[in-house]
Amino acid sequence: MNVAAATIVLDQRSLRDARHERLFRWLLRGCALIVLVSLLGAAGATLWGGREAFATFGWRFLVSDAGDPGNDLYGALVPVYGTLATSFIALLIAAPVSFGIAVYLSEVAPAWLRTPVAAAIDLLAGIPSIIYGMWGLFIFAPFFAEHIKPWLTSNLGNQPDDGKLSWVAEHVPFVGRLFGSDYPFGASILVAGMVLAVMILPFISAVMREVFQTVPTRLKESAYALGSSTWEVSWDIVLPYTRSAVIGGIFLGLGRALGETMAVTFVLGNAMTLSASLLDPGTSIASTIANQFSEAAGLQKSALMALAFLLFVVTFFVLLVARLMLRRLARREGR
Amino acid sequence: MFAIRKDSSRNARLALLATLAGAAILGSAAHATDISGAGSSFVYPVMSKWSAAYAAKTGDRLNYQSIGSGAGIAQIKAGTIDFGATDAPMPAQELQKSGLGQFPIVVGGIVPVINVAGVPAGKVTLDGVTLADIFLGKITRWNDPRLAALNAGVTLPDGKITVVHRADGSGTSFNFTNYLSKVSPQWAATVKFGTAVQWPTGVGGKGNEGVSQYVRQIKGSIGYVEYAYAVKNKLAWVNLTNAAGNRVKPDANSFAAAAASADWTGVRDFNLVMTNAPGAQAWPITATTWVVMYKSPKNPRNGKAAFDFFRYAMEQGKQVASELDYVPLPASLVRQVEAYWAAEFKH
Repeated sequence: MNVAAATIVLDQRSLRDARHERLFRWLLRGCALIVLVSLLGAAGATLWGGREAFATFGWRFLVSDAGDPGNDLYGALVPVYGTLATSFIALLIAAPVSFGIAVYLSEVAPAWLRTPVAAAIDLLAGIPSIIYGMWGLFIFAPFFAEHIKPWLTSNLGNQPDDGKLSWVAEHVPFVGRLFGSDYPFGASILVAGMVLAVMILPFISAVMREVFQTVPTRLKESAYALGSSTWEVSWDIVLPYTRSAVIGGIFLGLGRALGETMAVTFVLGNAMTLSASLLDPGTSIASTIANQFSEAAGLQKSALMALAFLLFVVTFFVLLVARLMLRRLARREGR
Repeated sequence: MFAIRKDSSRNARLALLATLAGAAILGSAAHATDISGAGSSFVYPVMSKWSAAYAAKTGDRLNYQSIGSGAGIAQIKAGTIDFGATDAPMPAQELQKSGLGQFPIVVGGIVPVINVAGVPAGKVTLDGVTLADIFLGKITRWNDPRLAALNAGVTLPDGKITVVHRADGSGTSFNFTNYLSKVSPQWAATVKFGTAVQWPTGVGGKGNEGVSQYVRQIKGSIGYVEYAYAVKNKLAWVNLTNAAGNRVKPDANSFAAAAASADWTGVRDFNLVMTNAPGAQAWPITATTWVVMYKSPKNPRNGKAAFDFFRYAMEQGKQVASELDYVPLPASLVRQVEAYWAAEFKH
């Protein structure tokens, strides 16, 4: 009798558990779905908003450098190029520097220094982008124009001030064009990339530092015991062990760089012209939208929506490439 | 003892309630009406000054959001605000379709500013065509013979001209490009005019502040800003040759001359951009902002309060406007606006 009652109670309990389990699973599914639904919703809404522009210009929207509200002609080439170029420069600077910071903090720095430096980097991540923009416009861009740019144009560019082409500009293809400019101000694609690099640095280095600390001490100690240098341990032990997380961190930074708006608007120069030179002003997708949206109407508004949709597409492709890279790496390692 | 304490705390609570209720009654009496408007950022400074002064005087409050002219028009059409403000006038037909009316509220000037070593404010004079050719990228150096011909007695250095324009869509750009379209056939045919255009050359700053900052930092640059920003940032403004062929400098007098000489009687709903105005002393890039309202407001009480506010602004707010380097509407125009109100609006 007692046993029977106990079984009933147990049965009830397992029934209840199963119900709770189901509920919990639905809840988790709902949480994940929110992300998917809002992503699809935002992409769909921008596509819908941009349908007029896509219908009017077709594929030419992608390859046209026009941004001409006077004649109602729009294209995405200049902003897409600006977005990709600034983000690429930012990554080129930020990724190696972040690696250095992370290795220093996890392998080299004395214990008492690690916490304050890590805190400073976290602080850097918390600064609003408008502050980077103001710093870029008021301090960095003038400094760049005064001290760095003249050196670049005269030693690497194809339009040096004194008219004498440097060896590099003459013999290395493209470099002369990349650094040739007679535009006298700092705000440019290169400066925007450099400011972006400072902005994404803390994100990448924070991820790297975290994952570097997960490398088992056994592995590192063994390598040191075999006579490896710190560089060899970092490059041959720590980095391969954490490779996928490191690449993930880099792409987190890249994602932020692609979508950054305010700071870029301040230091990019906002010129709707395509130039081969990194020292000339340009524009990015996000800054074009931020600049023009409030006063845009009709086809112009639709073109801005289409640009927003292209930002989704560009980000998606960049992340896709990252995934493919990771998979190839994994295959090469035989996993 | 305990009971007494409880009692006194209840009394205190009652007193607090009474005070709150009193404050609520007083408060609702003090600002009987909240007028809401949105649009042009060009008028935002003077709107907020006017609304502060008006609230102090009458208790009616005005909440103005500077969200851009286009957005202001969209909001008034959607009926979410009592009035919109725009830097570009709406065509009479479009107004009629939506049952809207519009009238100018205040006048301001847009001035070209330069940064050329050794050239102070007011030294250089340009005419419309040369200004357009600079912004078209056809005149690229400061020692161009055409600039020299206009500026006998001023030494302009051999340096590159860098054009600075607005990166964001704005009424300032609308009026500036409208002027260039009126004076330069090539500009009118290629770039045209609007709150944003495809600039043939140069770099873009965000807002008047952004353009001021770029002009200050870039040697050999030329840009255009609202007069108040040129004064505040001590930028070197230039004189212009106006439609009458006279050399004028930008100030309250030349802006007022432009507003007075523009022919407002010939157009419906004040649909007139008064750049390149004909007056002998008129500053050629003078701009105004229009208020757009429903002719029979959805909320008549707010509609009436808005008209009271605009009457106050035009008649008693002149001092405030002048302090902020705007120009009050000339008396003749105020009379026309008030006649328009009486004829067209129900309030």
